[in-house]
Amino acid sequence: MSDNNNSWATPAALALPKEGYFELESGRYGPTFPKTPANYGFTIIVKVKEGREDIIREYGKTIEAAVKDSPNVLEPLKLHFLRWVLFDVGSGLHFMYQGIFDTDFDKYMEDAIALFNSTGVTTVFVNLEGFPEDWKTNIDAVTKFFREHQRPSFLEYGEYPYVSAAEVKSALKLKAAFSEMLDQMQ
Amino acid sequence: MLELEDIQHYLLARPNAVIAQYNFITFHNAEAGRKWVEALIPTVGTAQSVLAANPNDMRWVSLAFTWNGLQKLGVSEEELATFPEAFRQGMAARAAMLGDTGINHPDNWEDNMASEDLHAVVILFARDKDERERCIKKHQEYLDQTPGVEILSTLLLEAVPPLDYVHEHFGYRDRITTPVIEGMVIGAKGEVAISTGPKEESRIPEFTSTSPGSHLPSKPGEFFLGYPDETGVIPLQPQPEVLSKNGSYLAYRKMQEHVGAFRNFLKQNGKTIEEQELVAAKLMGRWRKTGAPLVLSPDKDDRELGFDNQRNNNFDYEKMDPHGYACPVGSHCRRMNVRDTSVSRIMNRRLIIRRGGTYGPYLPDDAPDDGANRGIAVFAGCADISRQFEFLISVWANDPEFEHLNERDPFAGSIDGAFEVTIPKRPIKKKLKGLQAFTTVRGGAYFFLPGIKALKYLASLQ
Repeated sequence: MSDNNNSWATPAALALPKEGYFELESGRYGPTFPKTPANYGFTIIVKVKEGREDIIREYGKTIEAAVKDSPNVLEPLKLHFLRWVLFDVGSGLHFMYQGIFDTDFDKYMEDAIALFNSTGVTTVFVNLEGFPEDWKTNIDAVTKFFREHQRPSFLEYGEYPYVSAAEVKSALKLKAAFSEMLDQMQ
Repeated sequence: MLELEDIQHYLLARPNAVIAQYNFITFHNAEAGRKWVEALIPTVGTAQSVLAANPNDMRWVSLAFTWNGLQKLGVSEEELATFPEAFRQGMAARAAMLGDTGINHPDNWEDNMASEDLHAVVILFARDKDERERCIKKHQEYLDQTPGVEILSTLLLEAVPPLDYVHEHFGYRDRITTPVIEGMVIGAKGEVAISTGPKEESRIPEFTSTSPGSHLPSKPGEFFLGYPDETGVIPLQPQPEVLSKNGSYLAYRKMQEHVGAFRNFLKQNGKTIEEQELVAAKLMGRWRKTGAPLVLSPDKDDRELGFDNQRNNNFDYEKMDPHGYACPVGSHCRRMNVRDTSVSRIMNRRLIIRRGGTYGPYLPDDAPDDGANRGIAVFAGCADISRQFEFLISVWANDPEFEHLNERDPFAGSIDGAFEVTIPKRPIKKKLKGLQAFTTVRGGAYFFLPGIKALKYLASLQ
């Protein structure tokens, strides 16, 4: 269930302080960010190493294939959406990785890193400036890297606020089941 | 291969003890602390000596230190800084993140557990009360010789009757699922041995490696520093190597159990003994007296199944009970070991080896609650406090968002005041509201359990 009964029905926006949180609450790896009408999420922006653009773009197809082969591969992360963007506004090519999901990133950090490694996503990260050389053995350094490049939102909006991906899927399954029921009653 | 002659026995081999005492220690100065360590080293059981011992041989102790303790003994600031942040800060400083708030907050802890003067713990095992008295006396002699070392607090651990099965004060059977380390084998009665190869195994035919449905054997580095972990490589270790190699971290947790509140809850929610046992099983995920898993025996207890280690772990959730109609999604077992569910694909990186036992007086089944302090005092052994112990407590025990339940673990969760439990049921789920907490956190600390060479290194610091 959502936090409040029918809270999903009223669109909501939330403005956030510069730090990205109202009150400092520490997780295992640093400050945790609050749940907003757009749930939890992160926006990681990192400069790309010189000449690596094509490798990163090529990896988009690899991830597409990995998810096609095994659609539930990212399920533990409780994701809604991921967006990968490459852009250059005059200060060199940058990579933006934006995710929206239903749990604070701090909680499942090790799961995320293990998934990055198993799906080959890490191969993209090694093309970013500052990604730790010893990423295979040093989870703390990888965590620190993501933390340092996280840019918290100052505004988040949800058309159906606070609704989890599981609830969306459950509602659609219910709709499909009703539809099937009506077919059976013809 | 594990260096069994250097690793303390505590996480690898259980001595044949039904009684133990924890002595929590403070050092007033480095010299006295080092002398005390030196005096105790010959009594510290190695994995090798305990495994090879006669079952009546009970002369061992286990010895572990807080970060403050290592500092007090004279480990350099440079070396101290190489220990992970969670250990440096200690459990009390991380209470908010763990979920230890309200009545569970370190301000309310007992035994001086939140004190910066807590430097070490020595665990004394005993076969019986006489043996315990002898150990306590002997330890007191060591203390008398080193006036700069004092006991901050003590806790007596004693098995709860009836003694025919291992259980805690609520009556739940314990020690059914234990992580197995590559090279370590567990016998039919839960005994542990170390296999050094096929020849060794053939000598102890009653031992099998892991029971069906259990986790695959873990890489040693999940529990002992200086070995490859599940990533296949040796992670960065605290320095110097002589101090960290063969060591483990122990997360200590003292949980008071409110046996009266628990029994009242069962009575309120079950008219017959059978109904009460079903409610108790729904909270745990296993039947109380036998440990038979609800997934395999959802409607009634099955003693034979519970005690058959070829079957009592041989189940999954995703295929056999996806909605939790047999074993509720929020039950203790299903939260702490998510098995094949999509909650995690790295369950093998979240394991802990649990040691410890029950403290406080036994409350007979028909007796009213006497208000006495009783519960469990356990050590969670691991190689990474944050990834293993803290994750389990802060996320799977205490995160209300776990599987959208808006609940905490009924036993391992830090519950302050009333809480709820959801029991999936057709046609609609059953929600039990306004329950009083069954447990309260009464203490906790992070310790480092060094190898024998490391103990000698600590004793020889200048």
